[in-house]
Amino acid sequence: MNRLHTHTALTRRAHKCGQMTVALAAAALLAGCVTINIYFPAAAAEKAADRIIDEVWQLKNGSQTPATPEGKQP
Amino acid sequence: MKTVHRIVLLCLLYAGAVWAQGNLEINTPAISQLRDAMQARHAQLAPHYASGALGLTADGRIALRDANVVPLAQRQTVQGLVAQENGDRDALYREIARANGHPEWEADIRSTFAQRWIGRAQSGWYVQSGGQWSRK
Repeated sequence: MNRLHTHTALTRRAHKCGQMTVALAAAALLAGCVTINIYFPAAAAEKAADRIIDEVWQLKNGSQTPATPEGKQP
Repeated sequence: MKTVHRIVLLCLLYAGAVWAQGNLEINTPAISQLRDAMQARHAQLAPHYASGALGLTADGRIALRDANVVPLAQRQTVQGLVAQENGDRDALYREIARANGHPEWEADIRSTFAQRWIGRAQSGWYVQSGGQWSRK
């Protein structure tokens, strides 16, 4: 009876340990996301800029193609 | 079972974070208002880009590069439009940085916009690079 009781307690402890591991993993993952997000998302910014420029200059019909990078003059 | 739920929630959070990285928030009322004001003003500015009176600067603004091209009667109006446009552009870069929770991104957003304005300008418009004006 006593042994069974100890066994249950051990299982419960192991379970708690697993939960803690999951919680820690969650914290690490979230911290990772936050860290990544500190860097300036250049590609996303370019997309956002293009969407706003489309609206401001009314280029949505696609007649205006993105030109070559600056500095390359014909 | 609880653990499974937690893992699912984590995956969703992670997916959300990844998605958020692919897009910047530009649909706030402040940003829309600035964009609409700039769109309305563009009709008045466009002829002056074409004439060479106005040019796109390397810092994401516009400038009156040759006032002599503008008829004297319109000169003051154009100067006013340039000031308004630059005010809106500065506010736009600041608002996008703020809307995405990173006010410190303002300078990066400005330089991204500067490159895109210049890259997508119509041929014949003047653009600035390295302090020099050139015609696209």
